Amino acid sequence: MTELVATTPGLFPLPDWAKDRLSDLKGHQKGDLISGDESAEIVEAYDDARAEVIGDQRAAGLDRIVEGQLRWDDMLAHPLAVHENVETGGIVRYYDNNNFYRDPRVTGELDFSGDVAAELEAAAALLGDGTSAASSDGSDDFGATGTLQAVLPGPYSLSDLATDEYYGDEAEFLGAVADFLAGEVESFPEHETLFLLEPSLVENPPGGDLDARASEAVDAVAAATDADVVVHTYWGALEEKVYAHLMDADVEAIGFDLVAGDRDQSLYNVNEYGTKDEVALGLADGQNTLVESPETIRERVEWTLDQVPATEFDRAYVTTNTETFYLPVNRHKEKLAALAEAASVTEVEA
Amino acid sequence: MSRNPENREQFRPADHPHEHFLLTTVVGSYPKPKWLNRAGDLAEDPDSKFTEAHLREAHDDACRVITHEHERAGLDTVVDGEMRRNEMVEFFAHRIEGYEFNGPVKVWGHNYFDKPSVADAVEYDEPWLVDEFEFTAGVASKPVKVPITGPYTLANWSFNEAYDSEEELAYDLADLVNTEVERLVEAGARYVQIDEPALATTPDDHAIVGECLERIVADVPEEVRIGLHVCYGDYSRIYPELNDFPIDEFDVELCNGGYEQVDVFTEPAFEPDLALGVVDAHTAEVEPVEEIKGNILWGLEIVPPEKLTVSPDCGLKLLPREIAYGKMENMVKAAREVEAALDAGEIDLEKSPATAD
Repeated sequence: MTELVATTPGLFPLPDWAKDRLSDLKGHQKGDLISGDESAEIVEAYDDARAEVIGDQRAAGLDRIVEGQLRWDDMLAHPLAVHENVETGGIVRYYDNNNFYRDPRVTGELDFSGDVAAELEAAAALLGDGTSAASSDGSDDFGATGTLQAVLPGPYSLSDLATDEYYGDEAEFLGAVADFLAGEVESFPEHETLFLLEPSLVENPPGGDLDARASEAVDAVAAATDADVVVHTYWGALEEKVYAHLMDADVEAIGFDLVAGDRDQSLYNVNEYGTKDEVALGLADGQNTLVESPETIRERVEWTLDQVPATEFDRAYVTTNTETFYLPVNRHKEKLAALAEAASVTEVEA
Repeated sequence: MSRNPENREQFRPADHPHEHFLLTTVVGSYPKPKWLNRAGDLAEDPDSKFTEAHLREAHDDACRVITHEHERAGLDTVVDGEMRRNEMVEFFAHRIEGYEFNGPVKVWGHNYFDKPSVADAVEYDEPWLVDEFEFTAGVASKPVKVPITGPYTLANWSFNEAYDSEEELAYDLADLVNTEVERLVEAGARYVQIDEPALATTPDDHAIVGECLERIVADVPEEVRIGLHVCYGDYSRIYPELNDFPIDEFDVELCNGGYEQVDVFTEPAFEPDLALGVVDAHTAEVEPVEEIKGNILWGLEIVPPEKLTVSPDCGLKLLPREIAYGKMENMVKAAREVEAALDAGEIDLEKSPATAD
């Protein structure tokens, strides 16, 4: 029997009122984006928005609740973009999307920041006190009570998105990014799950001996928490060699993009090299407004589990394949509800 | 293969002072007068007495002003500055059956875009640009160019809920663009520019763009000039393939990149006319005439003068209005001075690989 857990990879769209309020407060240019020392008014707007998206997730009935990363103007590059030893350079394309972030140029030692931990503390406080997190439709009937899930870029992706002007060596830089993330994780409040997003393992696979190092870097971050760690990959299937190395990392689950990805390649990897006891299944499209019905998501779960006959997973995280900031807010919320309902019969026969 | 670039002669003004003719034009968008943005806000405000009819009048006034501003700058072909358009995908999606809107999505930082969804098969309903063209042609004394967002970009910058592939959606949209171009031609349009900025981000799809263009130009008479505008890309990924596109003119931004990519287009020979960006749309300083003349000469590395059009890199809408005007004015002056120098034989074309054959 496989337990189904409804969740997301975080990085949500800002509520529309917050898009307006924050663009008025912050402006539209490069220098106006989040730097980590926002004014009280900006902090308050994000606090309100955070409370709303946590309320929305509880109202939808998700099993894991993310903070939403609404401050992450630079998407996955955020933890570096706000670091004091990082300068933000030009606007660069975010993977293959029509989205852009500021190139984080690392100019000094990546020591402790605490920026993400502070966000998670705020989220944990809201989760501890259900009355303060009201969903955008005013509902306070939270039926299910989800637990906190932290989300970070995986070390390989974060180093891939950044420019190193300090460490001078690719492997050393990757190790420094991993140590930095591990230090951040150590300061997190209690969380049940940690999602490490690693799209770069697909989009720009590490070559040479870097694929083994990418896996060691994941290990270093995962070792910093007692929570279940999910390394989530998307925008395609992992190359065989990258997958084989990733299996060496001591994490609870690997996540697969089963929407945009080459499903056959992912299933080949799993059946050829085995997998972890848990799995994350990216089955709803985080980049398309077409909302999958709970039945469709459920069928996809069962189909996928059927394709891995040798393994009965203890747990399957049911999620969108990608972050959902690509979506308009109404569709994003409909997707959350569909994921929660699809996983609501919490166990399936594989 | 390219169409009939000779159709450029129809845009030579009767009183053109030189034997050589470098067609001067713009890509399309232009800074909106501040009062027009204010008028737009008022029309949306339910408490205001400002109505949609008032807004239409404001749009007409703005189109008249900007069209005349283009003429005052001396351009050979003019645009209304896209005063009626809010954004290059949204504007068309509002006019095409099958599209719906769900709300803004992030592009970067706090810059958002009302990215539409294709929820059903796309169909042609009302004309998109015929009224706009007829109005502008009515107030202009120069020929009017009509920019249209291309089908590949309309598909690529939308959510696709209804089609099995983006390619199929792009082809259906191309058929609609063809219908619109035919109507514009019936209304008298002789210069149409298809804008495909999305090609720059996914250059491997050049064959899809080529097939879209085939559909767009089907049954469009040869005297109608068809341009294709692409910007901010790695052109080695679409050249020489673009020589096979059925277009008269390829409009490209190279000024912003310091003409580093000129070599890309020199081998094999460039087939359509070249509309070269000679002023930067992303710097808020007006380039001096001498500098722009130097930029124009880069174009002669690629094509001979009779195949060269000059234009800003891209739409000018993000610039302060007086800077946008200054760029156009200096661009025209520079073009006329280069023409005079060509007439006088002062520019050595023999050095240029473009005329070596």
